[in-house]
Amino acid sequence: MGLTLIEKILLKASGSKRLGDFIYANVDFCFGNDITAPLAVKQFYAAGFRKVFNTKRIAFVCDHFVPARDLKAANNVKLLREFSRKFKIRNFFDINNCGIEHAFLLETALFKPGDLIIGADSHTCTFGAIGVASFGVGSTDLAAVMKEGKVWLKVPQTIRFIYKGKLNRWVTGKDLILHTIGKIGVDGALYKVMEFTGPVIKRLGIEARFTMTNMAIEAGAKTGIVEPDEKTFSYLEKITRRKIKITEFMKRLKSDKDACYDRTVEIDVTGLEPQVALPHLPSNVKPVSSLRKVRLNQVVIGSCTNGRISDLQEAARIIKGKKIKKGLRVIIIPATPSIFMEAERRGLIKVFLEAGCVVSPPTCGPCLGGHCGILDDKEVALATTNRNFIGRMGSPKSFVYLSSPAVAAASAITGRITHPDEVADNCRRMYR
Amino acid sequence: MVIRGRVHKFGDDINTDDIIAAKYLDSQDRRFLGDKCMENIDPDFSSRVKKGDIIVAGKNFGCGSSREHAPWAIKGCGISLVIAKSFARIFYRNCINVGLPILVFYGTDDIKEGDLLEVDLAEGRIRNATQKKEYVSEKFPPFMCQIINKGGLINWVKKKARRSKR
Repeated sequence: MGLTLIEKILLKASGSKRLGDFIYANVDFCFGNDITAPLAVKQFYAAGFRKVFNTKRIAFVCDHFVPARDLKAANNVKLLREFSRKFKIRNFFDINNCGIEHAFLLETALFKPGDLIIGADSHTCTFGAIGVASFGVGSTDLAAVMKEGKVWLKVPQTIRFIYKGKLNRWVTGKDLILHTIGKIGVDGALYKVMEFTGPVIKRLGIEARFTMTNMAIEAGAKTGIVEPDEKTFSYLEKITRRKIKITEFMKRLKSDKDACYDRTVEIDVTGLEPQVALPHLPSNVKPVSSLRKVRLNQVVIGSCTNGRISDLQEAARIIKGKKIKKGLRVIIIPATPSIFMEAERRGLIKVFLEAGCVVSPPTCGPCLGGHCGILDDKEVALATTNRNFIGRMGSPKSFVYLSSPAVAAASAITGRITHPDEVADNCRRMYR
Repeated sequence: MVIRGRVHKFGDDINTDDIIAAKYLDSQDRRFLGDKCMENIDPDFSSRVKKGDIIVAGKNFGCGSSREHAPWAIKGCGISLVIAKSFARIFYRNCINVGLPILVFYGTDDIKEGDLLEVDLAEGRIRNATQKKEYVSEKFPPFMCQIINKGGLINWVKKKARRSKR
Protein backbone atom coordinates (compact mmCIF):
# COMPACT_ATOMS: atom_id res chain seq x y z
CA MET A 1 0.00 0.00 0.00
CA GLY A 2 1.14 3.53 -0.75
CA LEU A 3 2.05 6.23 1.73
CA THR A 4 0.73 9.72 2.34
CA LEU A 5 3.13 12.66 2.19
CA ILE A 6 3.42 12.92 5.96
CA GLU A 7 4.02 9.16 6.27
CA LYS A 8 6.92 9.38 3.82
CA ILE A 9 8.62 12.08 5.88
CA LEU A 10 7.99 10.29 9.18
CA LEU A 11 9.27 7.00 7.76
CA LYS A 12 12.53 8.68 6.76
CA ALA A 13 12.79 10.44 10.15
CA SER A 14 12.13 7.19 12.05
CA GLY A 15 15.11 5.52 10.40
CA SER A 16 13.19 2.25 10.12
CA LYS A 17 11.68 0.32 7.22
CA ARG A 18 8.08 0.39 8.39
CA LEU A 19 6.00 2.81 10.41
CA GLY A 20 4.62 1.56 13.70
CA ASP A 21 1.97 3.35 15.81
CA PHE A 22 4.62 5.34 17.64
CA ILE A 23 8.04 6.45 16.46
CA TYR A 24 11.06 8.00 18.15
CA ALA A 25 12.07 10.17 15.23
CA ASN A 26 15.16 12.17 14.32
CA VAL A 27 14.51 15.91 14.31
CA ASP A 28 16.10 18.04 11.60
CA PHE A 29 15.41 21.38 13.24
CA CYS A 30 13.79 22.63 16.45
CA PHE A 31 12.93 26.02 17.88
CA GLY A 32 11.16 27.91 20.62
CA ASN A 33 10.16 31.52 21.25
CA ASP A 34 10.48 34.05 24.07
CA ILE A 35 7.58 32.53 26.05
CA THR A 36 7.99 28.79 25.44
CA ALA A 37 11.79 28.55 25.28
CA PRO A 38 12.53 30.07 28.72
CA LEU A 39 10.44 27.28 30.25
CA ALA A 40 12.28 24.73 28.07
CA VAL A 41 15.62 26.15 29.18
CA LYS A 42 14.57 25.86 32.82
CA GLN A 43 13.55 22.22 32.23
CA PHE A 44 16.86 21.61 30.44
CA TYR A 45 18.82 22.96 33.42
CA ALA A 46 16.63 21.18 35.98
CA ALA A 47 17.20 17.87 34.20
CA GLY A 48 20.95 18.41 34.50
CA PHE A 49 21.54 18.11 30.74
CA ARG A 50 25.01 19.34 29.81
CA LYS A 51 24.97 19.38 26.01
CA VAL A 52 22.63 20.12 23.15
CA PHE A 53 22.37 17.62 20.30
CA ASN A 54 23.47 20.11 17.65
CA THR A 55 24.36 23.79 17.98
CA LYS A 56 23.14 24.66 14.45
CA ARG A 57 19.80 22.93 14.45
CA ILE A 58 18.26 24.76 17.38
CA ALA A 59 16.81 28.27 17.14
CA PHE A 60 15.35 30.72 19.62
CA VAL A 61 13.14 33.38 18.09
CA CYS A 62 12.13 36.30 20.29
CA ASP A 63 8.83 37.44 18.81
CA HIS A 64 5.93 37.33 21.27
CA PHE A 65 6.61 40.08 23.80
CA VAL A 66 9.30 42.01 21.87
CA PRO A 67 10.50 44.70 21.69
CA ALA A 68 10.50 43.79 25.40
CA ARG A 69 7.17 45.02 26.75
CA ASP A 70 8.33 44.99 30.38
CA LEU A 71 11.06 43.83 32.72
CA LYS A 72 9.94 40.19 32.80
CA ALA A 73 9.90 39.98 29.03
CA ALA A 74 13.38 41.51 28.87
CA ASN A 75 14.51 38.97 31.43
CA ASN A 76 13.24 36.04 29.37
CA VAL A 77 15.07 37.26 26.27
CA LYS A 78 18.22 37.63 28.35
CA LEU A 79 17.82 34.09 29.69
CA LEU A 80 17.73 32.77 26.11
CA ARG A 81 20.67 34.92 25.03
CA GLU A 82 22.78 33.60 27.90
CA PHE A 83 21.74 30.00 27.32
CA SER A 84 22.62 30.35 23.63
CA ARG A 85 26.04 31.70 24.51
CA LYS A 86 26.69 28.98 27.06
CA PHE A 87 25.66 26.10 24.78
CA LYS A 88 27.01 27.74 21.59
CA ILE A 89 23.60 27.83 19.93
CA ARG A 90 24.13 29.71 16.69
CA ASN A 91 20.59 30.72 15.94
CA PHE A 92 19.51 33.15 18.63
CA PHE A 93 17.31 35.77 17.02
CA ASP A 94 16.42 39.01 18.75
CA ILE A 95 14.87 42.19 17.31
CA ASN A 96 16.42 43.61 14.17
CA ASN A 97 17.55 40.14 13.14
CA CYS A 98 14.22 38.54 13.88
CA GLY A 99 10.48 38.58 13.27
CA ILE A 100 7.46 36.36 13.80
CA GLU A 101 8.93 32.86 13.96
CA HIS A 102 6.65 31.13 11.42
CA ALA A 103 7.50 33.77 8.83
CA PHE A 104 11.05 34.64 9.84
CA LEU A 105 12.49 31.10 10.06
CA LEU A 106 11.57 30.52 6.41
CA GLU A 107 14.03 33.25 5.44
CA THR A 108 16.92 31.58 7.29
CA ALA A 109 17.22 28.45 5.09
CA LEU A 110 17.69 26.35 8.24
CA PHE A 111 15.36 23.63 6.89
CA LYS A 112 13.98 22.35 3.61
CA PRO A 113 11.04 20.37 2.23
CA GLY A 114 11.00 16.81 3.56
CA ASP A 115 12.46 17.73 6.97
CA LEU A 116 10.97 17.01 10.37
CA ILE A 117 10.61 20.15 12.49
CA ILE A 118 9.60 20.49 16.11
CA GLY A 119 8.60 23.91 17.43
CA ALA A 120 7.44 24.96 20.86
CA ASP A 121 4.55 26.92 19.43
CA SER A 122 1.21 25.65 18.22
CA HIS A 123 1.45 27.42 14.85
CA THR A 124 4.55 25.43 13.94
CA CYS A 125 2.17 23.61 11.57
CA THR A 126 2.60 26.63 9.22
CA PHE A 127 5.75 25.16 7.63
CA GLY A 128 3.71 22.25 6.31
CA ALA A 129 2.90 24.50 3.33
CA ILE A 130 6.34 23.76 1.88
CA GLY A 131 6.11 20.01 2.43
CA VAL A 132 7.74 19.85 5.85
CA ALA A 133 6.47 17.62 8.67
CA SER A 134 6.20 20.33 11.26
CA PHE A 135 4.71 19.74 14.70
CA GLY A 136 3.97 22.08 17.58
CA VAL A 137 4.85 20.87 21.08
CA GLY A 138 5.26 22.25 24.59
CA SER A 139 8.38 23.38 26.43
CA THR A 140 9.38 20.08 28.05
CA ASP A 141 9.19 18.37 24.67
CA LEU A 142 11.48 21.07 23.28
CA ALA A 143 13.94 20.59 26.16
CA ALA A 144 14.10 16.85 25.40
CA VAL A 145 14.58 17.47 21.66
CA MET A 146 17.34 20.00 22.37
CA LYS A 147 19.14 17.30 24.32
CA GLU A 148 18.50 14.21 22.18
CA GLY A 149 17.64 15.49 18.71
CA LYS A 150 14.70 13.10 18.78
CA VAL A 151 11.00 13.26 19.51
CA TRP A 152 8.32 10.67 20.21
CA LEU A 153 5.36 10.91 17.86
CA LYS A 154 2.19 8.98 17.32
CA VAL A 155 1.95 8.34 13.60
CA PRO A 156 -1.11 10.31 12.53
CA GLN A 157 -3.79 9.55 10.00
CA THR A 158 -4.38 12.06 7.23
CA ILE A 159 -7.57 13.77 6.12
CA ARG A 160 -7.38 14.87 2.48
CA PHE A 161 -9.08 18.16 1.61
CA ILE A 162 -9.61 18.63 -2.11
CA TYR A 163 -10.52 22.16 -3.19
CA LYS A 164 -12.21 22.51 -6.58
CA GLY A 165 -13.98 25.21 -8.53
CA LYS A 166 -13.31 28.86 -9.21
CA LEU A 167 -12.33 31.38 -6.55
CA ASN A 168 -14.23 34.66 -6.43
CA ARG A 169 -12.29 37.88 -6.41
CA TRP A 170 -10.95 38.67 -2.87
CA VAL A 171 -11.30 35.04 -1.77
CA THR A 172 -7.99 33.53 -0.73
CA GLY A 173 -6.22 31.14 1.68
CA LYS A 174 -7.73 32.70 4.81
CA ASP A 175 -11.27 32.33 3.49
CA LEU A 176 -10.63 28.72 2.45
CA ILE A 177 -9.28 27.72 5.84
CA LEU A 178 -11.96 29.61 7.82
CA HIS A 179 -14.62 27.98 5.64
CA THR A 180 -13.03 24.57 6.24
CA ILE A 181 -12.80 25.03 10.03
CA GLY A 182 -16.40 26.25 10.00
CA LYS A 183 -17.35 23.05 8.23
CA ILE A 184 -15.47 20.53 10.40
CA GLY A 185 -15.29 22.36 13.76
CA VAL A 186 -12.46 23.19 16.15
CA ASP A 187 -11.81 19.51 16.81
CA GLY A 188 -12.75 18.30 13.33
CA ALA A 189 -9.22 17.13 12.59
CA LEU A 190 -8.14 16.23 16.15
CA TYR A 191 -4.81 14.30 16.13
CA LYS A 192 -5.00 14.07 12.31
CA VAL A 193 -3.00 15.70 9.54
CA MET A 194 -4.85 18.00 7.14
CA GLU A 195 -3.48 17.58 3.63
CA PHE A 196 -4.58 20.46 1.39
CA THR A 197 -4.80 19.51 -2.25
CA GLY A 198 -6.76 19.92 -5.48
CA PRO A 199 -6.66 22.36 -8.40
CA VAL A 200 -7.43 25.41 -6.24
CA ILE A 201 -4.42 24.74 -3.98
CA LYS A 202 -2.18 24.19 -7.03
CA ARG A 203 -3.11 27.67 -8.27
CA LEU A 204 -2.81 29.30 -4.86
CA GLY A 205 0.32 31.31 -4.00
CA ILE A 206 2.70 29.87 -1.39
CA GLU A 207 1.85 32.60 1.12
CA ALA A 208 -1.86 31.77 0.91
CA ARG A 209 -0.91 28.13 1.50
CA PHE A 210 0.96 29.22 4.65
CA THR A 211 -2.22 30.88 5.90
CA MET A 212 -4.05 27.57 5.46
CA THR A 213 -1.52 25.26 7.13
CA ASN A 214 -1.05 27.88 9.87
CA MET A 215 -4.66 27.45 10.99
CA ALA A 216 -4.73 23.62 10.81
CA ILE A 217 -4.20 23.70 14.59
CA GLU A 218 -7.47 25.64 14.88
CA ALA A 219 -9.24 22.45 13.73
CA GLY A 220 -7.25 20.44 16.28
CA ALA A 221 -4.93 18.99 13.63
CA LYS A 222 -1.48 17.62 14.37
CA THR A 223 -0.31 19.61 11.37
CA GLY A 224 -1.28 20.80 7.91
CA ILE A 225 0.65 19.89 4.78
CA VAL A 226 0.81 20.70 1.07
CA GLU A 227 2.81 18.83 -1.60
CA PRO A 228 5.78 20.97 -2.61
CA ASP A 229 5.77 21.95 -6.29
CA GLU A 230 7.81 24.20 -8.57
CA LYS A 231 6.23 27.27 -7.00
CA THR A 232 7.41 26.10 -3.57
CA PHE A 233 11.04 25.78 -4.62
CA SER A 234 11.16 29.07 -6.50
CA TYR A 235 9.49 30.83 -3.54
CA LEU A 236 12.06 29.40 -1.13
CA GLU A 237 14.93 30.39 -3.39
CA LYS A 238 13.56 33.90 -3.53
CA ILE A 239 13.09 34.46 0.18
CA THR A 240 16.24 32.66 1.33
CA ARG A 241 18.29 34.10 -1.56
CA ARG A 242 19.89 30.71 -1.92
CA LYS A 243 19.76 27.97 -4.52
CA ILE A 244 18.03 24.80 -3.38
CA LYS A 245 19.48 21.47 -4.36
CA ILE A 246 16.46 19.33 -5.15
CA THR A 247 17.20 15.82 -3.90
CA GLU A 248 15.62 12.53 -5.02
CA PHE A 249 13.73 12.44 -1.72
CA MET A 250 12.28 15.91 -2.35
CA LYS A 251 11.03 14.76 -5.74
CA ARG A 252 9.09 11.98 -4.02
CA LEU A 253 7.29 14.35 -1.63
CA LYS A 254 3.79 13.51 -2.83
CA SER A 255 1.12 11.23 -1.48
CA ASP A 256 0.99 7.96 -3.42
CA LYS A 257 -2.10 7.29 -5.52
CA ASP A 258 -2.96 4.29 -3.33
CA ALA A 259 -2.20 6.05 -0.04
CA CYS A 260 -4.61 5.35 2.77
CA TYR A 261 -6.55 8.37 4.07
CA ASP A 262 -8.73 8.64 7.16
CA ARG A 263 -11.24 10.37 4.88
CA THR A 264 -11.49 12.76 1.96
CA VAL A 265 -13.41 16.03 2.10
CA GLU A 266 -14.21 17.73 -1.20
CA ILE A 267 -14.93 21.44 -1.13
CA ASP A 268 -16.32 23.32 -4.13
CA VAL A 269 -15.21 26.93 -3.70
CA THR A 270 -17.29 28.33 -6.56
CA GLY A 271 -19.38 31.22 -5.30
CA LEU A 272 -17.69 31.27 -1.88
CA GLU A 273 -17.72 34.74 -0.30
CA PRO A 274 -14.93 36.11 1.92
CA GLN A 275 -15.39 34.46 5.33
CA VAL A 276 -15.32 35.91 8.85
CA ALA A 277 -15.05 34.00 12.15
CA LEU A 278 -17.21 35.49 14.92
CA PRO A 279 -16.36 35.52 18.63
CA HIS A 280 -15.37 33.29 20.38
CA LEU A 281 -14.28 30.35 18.20
CA PRO A 282 -12.48 30.15 14.83
CA SER A 283 -15.18 27.70 13.69
CA ASN A 284 -17.94 30.26 14.18
CA VAL A 285 -17.79 31.30 10.54
CA LYS A 286 -20.16 33.41 8.41
CA PRO A 287 -19.95 35.09 5.00
CA VAL A 288 -18.78 38.70 5.24
CA SER A 289 -21.95 40.22 3.75
CA SER A 290 -24.05 38.94 6.66
CA LEU A 291 -22.02 41.00 9.14
CA ARG A 292 -22.28 44.52 7.72
CA LYS A 293 -23.67 45.95 10.93
CA VAL A 294 -20.73 44.97 13.14
CA ARG A 295 -18.97 48.20 14.19
CA LEU A 296 -15.27 48.10 15.00
CA ASN A 297 -12.85 49.82 17.38
CA GLN A 298 -9.69 48.24 16.02
CA VAL A 299 -8.34 46.48 12.94
CA VAL A 300 -5.13 44.44 13.04
CA ILE A 301 -3.38 43.29 9.86
CA GLY A 302 -0.43 41.03 10.58
CA SER A 303 0.57 37.83 12.50
CA CYS A 304 2.02 34.46 11.48
CA THR A 305 -1.24 33.86 9.64
CA ASN A 306 -1.40 36.99 7.45
CA GLY A 307 1.62 39.25 7.96
CA ARG A 308 3.48 38.41 4.76
CA ILE A 309 4.20 40.68 1.80
CA SER A 310 1.26 39.45 -0.30
CA ASP A 311 -1.05 40.17 2.65
CA LEU A 312 0.24 43.71 3.05
CA GLN A 313 0.06 44.21 -0.72
CA GLU A 314 -3.59 43.11 -0.78
CA ALA A 315 -4.44 45.45 2.11
CA ALA A 316 -2.60 48.40 0.56
CA ARG A 317 -4.35 47.85 -2.75
CA ILE A 318 -7.67 48.56 -1.01
CA ILE A 319 -6.47 51.31 1.32
CA LYS A 320 -4.44 53.34 -1.22
CA GLY A 321 -5.66 56.89 -1.60
CA LYS A 322 -8.29 56.55 1.12
CA LYS A 323 -8.48 57.50 4.79
CA ILE A 324 -9.33 55.04 7.51
CA LYS A 325 -12.55 55.65 9.46
CA LYS A 326 -12.23 58.38 12.06
CA GLY A 327 -11.87 56.98 15.58
CA LEU A 328 -10.82 53.54 14.39
CA ARG A 329 -7.37 52.19 15.33
CA VAL A 330 -5.68 50.34 12.48
CA ILE A 331 -2.47 48.48 13.30
CA ILE A 332 -0.31 47.02 10.53
CA ILE A 333 2.40 44.53 11.53
CA PRO A 334 4.83 43.30 8.86
CA ALA A 335 5.88 39.83 10.09
CA THR A 336 9.64 40.22 9.59
CA PRO A 337 12.19 43.01 8.96
CA SER A 338 12.67 41.88 5.35
CA ILE A 339 8.91 41.94 4.75
CA PHE A 340 8.91 45.42 6.32
CA MET A 341 11.70 46.53 3.97
CA GLU A 342 9.98 45.04 0.94
CA ALA A 343 6.74 46.81 1.93
CA GLU A 344 8.69 50.04 2.20
CA ARG A 345 10.32 49.44 -1.20
CA ARG A 346 6.93 48.86 -2.82
CA GLY A 347 5.50 52.00 -1.25
CA LEU A 348 2.99 50.15 0.93
CA ILE A 349 4.17 51.65 4.22
CA LYS A 350 3.53 55.13 2.81
CA VAL A 351 0.01 54.05 1.76
CA PHE A 352 -0.73 52.83 5.28
CA LEU A 353 0.70 55.87 7.05
CA GLU A 354 -1.05 58.36 4.76
CA ALA A 355 -4.35 56.61 5.36
CA GLY A 356 -3.91 56.96 9.13
CA CYS A 357 -2.79 53.45 10.09
CA VAL A 358 -0.07 52.79 12.60
CA VAL A 359 2.78 50.48 11.51
CA SER A 360 4.30 48.34 14.25
CA PRO A 361 7.66 46.58 14.30
CA PRO A 362 7.43 42.81 13.77
CA THR A 363 5.86 41.14 16.84
CA CYS A 364 3.07 38.70 17.76
CA GLY A 365 1.95 41.53 20.09
CA PRO A 366 -1.82 42.07 19.94
CA CYS A 367 -2.68 38.67 18.42
CA LEU A 368 -2.40 37.03 21.83
CA GLY A 369 -3.17 40.09 23.93
CA GLY A 370 0.53 40.57 24.67
CA HIS A 371 1.07 44.25 23.88
CA CYS A 372 0.85 46.85 21.07
CA GLY A 373 -2.93 46.90 20.73
CA ILE A 374 -4.82 45.49 23.72
CA LEU A 375 -8.64 45.70 23.70
CA ASP A 376 -10.63 47.24 26.54
CA ASP A 377 -14.04 46.04 27.82
CA LYS A 378 -16.72 45.87 25.10
CA GLU A 379 -14.29 46.80 22.33
CA VAL A 380 -14.57 45.02 19.00
CA ALA A 381 -11.65 44.11 16.74
CA LEU A 382 -11.35 42.62 13.29
CA ALA A 383 -7.99 40.89 12.92
CA THR A 384 -6.20 38.84 10.30
CA THR A 385 -4.87 36.66 13.14
CA ASN A 386 -5.84 33.08 14.00
CA ARG A 387 -7.74 32.95 17.29
CA ASN A 388 -10.74 34.77 18.70
CA PHE A 389 -11.13 33.07 22.08
CA ILE A 390 -12.54 34.98 25.05
CA GLY A 391 -9.98 37.61 26.12
CA ARG A 392 -7.56 36.67 23.34
CA MET A 393 -6.67 40.32 22.55
CA GLY A 394 -7.10 41.75 26.01
CA SER A 395 -10.26 42.22 28.09
CA PRO A 396 -12.37 39.07 28.59
CA LYS A 397 -15.29 41.36 27.71
CA SER A 398 -13.91 42.28 24.28
CA PHE A 399 -14.78 40.69 20.92
CA VAL A 400 -12.47 39.48 18.15
CA TYR A 401 -13.52 38.72 14.58
CA LEU A 402 -11.12 37.01 12.16
CA SER A 403 -10.81 37.69 8.43
CA SER A 404 -8.48 38.01 5.45
CA PRO A 405 -6.33 41.13 4.92
CA ALA A 406 -8.68 42.27 2.12
CA VAL A 407 -11.74 42.25 4.38
CA ALA A 408 -9.75 43.85 7.21
CA ALA A 409 -8.53 46.63 4.88
CA ALA A 410 -12.02 47.32 3.52
CA SER A 411 -13.36 47.41 7.08
CA ALA A 412 -10.60 49.84 8.06
CA ILE A 413 -12.10 52.35 5.61
CA THR A 414 -15.70 52.03 6.77
CA GLY A 415 -15.26 51.20 10.47
CA ARG A 416 -17.52 48.18 10.21
CA ILE A 417 -17.12 44.69 8.77
CA THR A 418 -17.14 45.27 5.03
CA HIS A 419 -16.93 43.28 1.79
CA PRO A 420 -13.92 44.53 -0.21
CA ASP A 421 -16.14 45.06 -3.28
CA GLU A 422 -17.92 47.82 -1.40
CA VAL A 423 -14.86 50.10 -1.19
CA ALA A 424 -12.48 48.75 -3.79
CA ASP A 425 -14.09 49.33 -7.16
CA ASN A 426 -11.41 51.76 -8.28
CA CYS A 427 -8.33 49.80 -7.30
CA ARG A 428 -8.41 46.95 -9.75
CA ARG A 429 -4.96 45.61 -10.66
CA MET A 430 -3.35 48.77 -9.35
CA TYR A 431 -0.17 47.04 -8.25
CA ARG A 432 -0.04 43.90 -10.32
CA MET B 1 -2.49 5.97 42.97
CA VAL B 2 -5.96 6.96 44.10
CA ILE B 3 -7.08 10.57 43.74
CA ARG B 4 -10.01 11.91 45.75
CA GLY B 5 -11.53 15.30 45.07
CA ARG B 6 -14.53 17.48 44.29
CA VAL B 7 -15.54 18.19 40.72
CA HIS B 8 -15.27 21.56 38.95
CA LYS B 9 -17.27 21.24 35.77
CA PHE B 10 -16.41 22.87 32.41
CA GLY B 11 -17.92 22.65 28.92
CA ASP B 12 -16.51 21.86 25.47
CA ASP B 13 -13.45 23.44 23.78
CA ILE B 14 -11.89 24.97 26.88
CA ASN B 15 -8.85 26.61 25.28
CA THR B 16 -5.42 27.45 26.64
CA ASP B 17 -6.26 31.18 26.73
CA ASP B 18 -9.12 30.26 29.07
CA ILE B 19 -6.80 28.15 31.21
CA ILE B 20 -4.07 30.80 31.42
CA ALA B 21 -4.28 34.16 29.64
CA ALA B 22 -1.32 34.94 27.37
CA LYS B 23 -0.44 38.12 29.27
CA TYR B 24 0.85 35.93 32.13
CA LEU B 25 3.08 33.74 29.97
CA ASP B 26 6.24 35.59 30.85
CA SER B 27 6.05 33.90 34.25
CA GLN B 28 7.30 30.38 34.96
CA ASP B 29 6.14 30.52 38.60
CA ARG B 30 3.63 27.72 39.09
CA ARG B 31 1.92 29.27 42.07
CA PHE B 32 1.45 32.60 40.27
CA LEU B 33 0.12 30.81 37.17
CA GLY B 34 -2.16 28.76 39.43
CA ASP B 35 -3.66 31.94 40.90
CA LYS B 36 -4.59 33.11 37.38
CA CYS B 37 -5.98 29.75 36.20
CA MET B 38 -9.28 30.12 34.24
CA GLU B 39 -9.30 33.87 35.01
CA ASN B 40 -10.86 34.91 31.67
CA ILE B 41 -13.91 32.64 32.01
CA ASP B 42 -14.24 32.15 35.79
CA PRO B 43 -12.37 34.85 37.75
CA ASP B 44 -12.71 33.21 41.22
CA PHE B 45 -11.94 29.70 40.03
CA SER B 46 -8.53 29.39 41.70
CA SER B 47 -9.85 30.66 45.04
CA ARG B 48 -12.58 27.97 45.04
CA VAL B 49 -10.22 25.07 44.31
CA LYS B 50 -9.21 22.90 47.26
CA LYS B 51 -6.04 20.86 46.91
CA GLY B 52 -6.82 17.57 45.18
CA ASP B 53 -9.92 18.79 43.33
CA ILE B 54 -10.72 17.48 39.86
CA ILE B 55 -11.64 19.26 36.60
CA VAL B 56 -14.28 17.46 34.53
CA ALA B 57 -14.90 18.83 31.03
CA GLY B 58 -16.41 18.17 27.62
CA LYS B 59 -14.61 17.61 24.34
CA ASN B 60 -11.35 19.11 23.04
CA PHE B 61 -10.05 20.33 26.42
CA GLY B 62 -6.88 22.45 26.10
CA CYS B 63 -7.28 23.47 22.47
CA GLY B 64 -5.28 26.41 21.13
CA SER B 65 -1.72 27.28 21.94
CA SER B 66 1.20 25.05 22.94
CA ARG B 67 1.81 26.88 26.20
CA GLU B 68 2.95 24.43 28.83
CA HIS B 69 2.00 27.14 31.29
CA ALA B 70 -1.55 25.71 30.96
CA PRO B 71 -0.94 22.36 32.69
CA TRP B 72 1.39 24.13 35.13
CA ALA B 73 -1.40 26.60 36.01
CA ILE B 74 -3.86 23.75 36.55
CA LYS B 75 -1.38 21.94 38.77
CA GLY B 76 -0.40 25.20 40.44
CA CYS B 77 -3.91 25.97 41.67
CA GLY B 78 -4.21 22.55 43.30
CA ILE B 79 -6.10 20.49 40.71
CA SER B 80 -4.97 16.86 40.82
CA LEU B 81 -6.61 15.44 37.69
CA VAL B 82 -8.45 16.49 34.52
CA ILE B 83 -11.10 14.19 33.06
CA ALA B 84 -12.50 15.11 29.61
CA LYS B 85 -14.27 13.57 26.63
CA SER B 86 -11.22 14.41 24.53
CA PHE B 87 -8.07 16.51 24.78
CA ALA B 88 -6.35 18.75 22.25
CA ARG B 89 -3.15 17.16 21.04
CA ILE B 90 -0.41 19.45 22.37
CA PHE B 91 -2.14 19.89 25.73
CA TYR B 92 -2.36 16.10 26.03
CA ARG B 93 1.39 15.74 25.33
CA ASN B 94 2.20 18.51 27.78
CA CYS B 95 0.22 16.82 30.57
CA ILE B 96 2.00 13.51 30.02
CA ASN B 97 5.35 15.30 29.88
CA VAL B 98 4.91 17.37 33.05
CA GLY B 99 3.01 14.76 35.04
CA LEU B 100 -0.47 16.29 35.30
CA PRO B 101 -2.78 13.25 35.39
CA ILE B 102 -5.50 13.21 32.74
CA LEU B 103 -8.16 10.69 31.79
CA VAL B 104 -10.24 10.39 28.64
CA PHE B 105 -13.85 9.50 29.46
CA TYR B 106 -16.76 10.05 27.06
CA GLY B 107 -19.45 10.06 29.75
CA THR B 108 -18.49 13.27 31.54
CA ASP B 109 -22.03 14.67 31.05
CA ASP B 110 -23.11 12.31 33.83
CA ILE B 111 -20.76 13.90 36.38
CA LYS B 112 -22.05 17.05 38.12
CA GLU B 113 -20.39 20.12 39.66
CA GLY B 114 -19.40 19.35 43.26
CA ASP B 115 -19.59 15.55 42.93
CA LEU B 116 -16.97 13.71 44.98
CA LEU B 117 -14.85 11.39 42.83
CA GLU B 118 -12.40 8.67 43.78
CA VAL B 119 -10.19 7.80 40.85
CA ASP B 120 -7.79 4.89 40.53
CA LEU B 121 -5.39 6.26 37.93
CA ALA B 122 -3.57 3.01 37.14
CA GLU B 123 -6.84 1.18 36.54
CA GLY B 124 -8.64 4.17 35.02
CA ARG B 125 -11.57 3.53 37.35
CA ILE B 126 -13.69 6.52 38.37
CA ARG B 127 -16.00 6.12 41.38
CA ASN B 128 -18.59 8.85 41.82
CA ALA B 129 -19.11 8.78 45.61
CA THR B 130 -21.90 11.39 45.43
CA GLN B 131 -23.98 9.58 42.83
CA LYS B 132 -22.83 6.07 43.87
CA LYS B 133 -21.78 5.17 40.33
CA GLU B 134 -18.68 3.76 38.73
CA TYR B 135 -17.17 4.48 35.32
CA VAL B 136 -14.15 3.24 33.37
CA SER B 137 -11.98 5.62 31.37
CA GLU B 138 -10.03 4.96 28.15
CA LYS B 139 -6.73 3.17 28.54
CA PHE B 140 -3.47 4.92 27.58
CA PRO B 141 -1.49 3.28 24.76
CA PRO B 142 1.38 1.16 26.21
CA PHE B 143 3.99 3.52 24.73
CA MET B 144 2.59 6.44 26.71
CA CYS B 145 2.33 4.34 29.87
CA GLN B 146 6.13 4.00 29.68
CA ILE B 147 6.55 7.78 29.88
CA ILE B 148 3.91 8.13 32.59
CA ASN B 149 5.48 5.34 34.64
CA LYS B 150 8.92 6.91 34.37
CA GLY B 151 7.46 10.09 35.89
CA GLY B 152 7.42 12.27 32.76
CA LEU B 153 9.38 12.84 29.58
CA ILE B 154 12.65 14.12 31.05
CA ASN B 155 13.17 10.99 33.16
CA TRP B 156 12.19 8.81 30.22
CA VAL B 157 14.76 10.52 27.99
CA LYS B 158 17.45 10.25 30.68
CA LYS B 159 16.85 6.52 31.15
CA LYS B 160 16.82 5.96 27.40
CA ALA B 161 20.10 7.83 26.98
CA ARG B 162 21.69 5.80 29.79
CA ARG B 163 20.52 2.54 28.22
CA SER B 164 21.89 3.42 24.79
CA LYS B 165 25.30 4.25 26.29
CA ARG B 166 25.61 0.77 27.79
